[in-house]
Amino acid sequence: MPAKPPTTAASKPLAALLVAAACGVVGLLIVVPLVSVFYEAFSRGAKAWWEALAHDPDTRHAIWLSLTVAPVAVAINTVFGIAAAWLVARFRFPGRSLLISFFDVPFSVSPVVAGLALVLIFGRQGLLGPTLEWLDWKIIFSWPGLVLATTFVTLPLVVRELIPVMEAIGPDEEMAAVSLGASGWQVFWRVTLPNIRWALLHGVVLANARAMGEFGAVYVVSGHIAGATDTMPLRVEKLFQEYRQPASMAVASVLAGLALVTLVAKFVIERRLEAESRELEAARSLADSLDHKNVEGAVA
Amino acid sequence: MNHPTSDTIAIAGSSAFATGPRRAASAARRRHAAVLPGFGASAAITSLVVLSLIVFPLAVLILRAASLGPAGFLEAAWTPRSRAAYAVSLSASLLAAATSSLLGLLVAWVLARIEFPGRRLLDALVDVPLALPTAVAGLVYSALYVKKGWLGQWLVPLGIQGAYSYLGIVLVLVFVSLPFAIRVVQPVIESLDRDTEEAARILGASRMQTFLRVVLPAILPAVVTGFALSLARALGEYGSVVFISGNMPFKTEIAPVLIVARLEEFAYAEATTVAVLLLAMSIALLVVVNSLQQRLARNAQ
Repeated sequence: MPAKPPTTAASKPLAALLVAAACGVVGLLIVVPLVSVFYEAFSRGAKAWWEALAHDPDTRHAIWLSLTVAPVAVAINTVFGIAAAWLVARFRFPGRSLLISFFDVPFSVSPVVAGLALVLIFGRQGLLGPTLEWLDWKIIFSWPGLVLATTFVTLPLVVRELIPVMEAIGPDEEMAAVSLGASGWQVFWRVTLPNIRWALLHGVVLANARAMGEFGAVYVVSGHIAGATDTMPLRVEKLFQEYRQPASMAVASVLAGLALVTLVAKFVIERRLEAESRELEAARSLADSLDHKNVEGAVA
Repeated sequence: MNHPTSDTIAIAGSSAFATGPRRAASAARRRHAAVLPGFGASAAITSLVVLSLIVFPLAVLILRAASLGPAGFLEAAWTPRSRAAYAVSLSASLLAAATSSLLGLLVAWVLARIEFPGRRLLDALVDVPLALPTAVAGLVYSALYVKKGWLGQWLVPLGIQGAYSYLGIVLVLVFVSLPFAIRVVQPVIESLDRDTEEAARILGASRMQTFLRVVLPAILPAVVTGFALSLARALGEYGSVVFISGNMPFKTEIAPVLIVARLEEFAYAEATTVAVLLLAMSIALLVVVNSLQQRLARNAQ
């Protein structure tokens, strides 16, 4: 137990002031907006809220579209995240650190810029436009474009969760499995996946939240065709532009509810991650002390 | 314990898994890692995705802008309207990043140093802007600050227009960037050695002197990193701003909104050149953030 700083007693009023200020900042910037989404959405009663969501075919379609685009983007992310983390955490090769910094690019590039780049490739005036027209494939203003844009903006989320965890766990167990004759798939399913499952789930939850809520990149590639290419966040914007604030707030409240569920899931998963990290540390220090004893024994 | 948040996971010490002294040991172990399977398959999947989704689209964007030639590029990128948009984007983002850094330092300090009822709740609430879709944030902020809104009814009579104004842009940018500023600084404050501060106090330094001379130099790299991350996030933000700014050309139009406006007019040259300039700023910030983070990681060891 570290000694209490001598300032504690004297700084009580200061501490209270700082806590009040911090709560004021978070309250005004975060809590008030969050509460007001639900207040505005339900201000005309639960029935009106439900009707705004369920009785508008375009809104229904937007919910359906979000529910089909996000899982595909998250699935691509999961496969990519596991492969990329395995590559970077388990092997050393030239260009490795450059590759790692490429993983971060989607975070720093404006989603609008990403959407525009996709339009320049797949749009009618784009690089592959004539080819796609000849094949009669539609990517921009259509479902595949939405998936591509969503995948781009969520790309770092899974891999960024997995790399530190895989590095901390180290390759010992996997190498033991290989030396005992396990195949690559067996190593993955029996050793790697159980070890990284909470980190993977963490990444998937975050990627899903971002995928459901993505606006900028999707806005550029969707073409806003109501009932066809409007996802939930785009529907929020369209209803807002049409001065249908209550309906807009109703869709927004669904997205905000989803964000709250995400945060609760994130909180639970992080506690699991911390527990496993502590277990790993304990196992390591036990192994280290045993090693130490063996060495001492051999010397004696 | 710090939480690995979605975007700050790369920051040293913020991961639930501490590396540090383990690193040397695991590096030694890794030398034998060549026997592990899956190099070819994972390299193939990774390079396919990185090349097709990141490298190829951005290369196409840059080549498309370069094909205009230097004069054509300037003509498309440097119009009066685009200059105004850069000015609004840059100034609002700088203002928001500075505000986030200051407020973030306060909140991070309180979360890291002061034990009070509701601390865990406050800590959890900080992550809300990372999970809440930006469109929802923009919609709600504009509803709060209009004349009839919860906050606008007090502020508008005072002459403070939070909605459909420059101030509105800054407000939502602070909202989206605040978690970045907090989550980078918080673990660094938690890891500070309190003995140094105590020594300074015992030697007669005032609380203010201790903060300015002892604490601030130690956390400054983290604050600067948080500022750069906030700035990067603010510069690229679109979803929330489009709701609240009113998008008036020359007044409240930010660069990403201009890109979309030009694209909808099929003015590809202008949209592309503005996008390339925005991209260049993002990449420059990414490089700055990466080198700052490496320095933070070295300091943490």
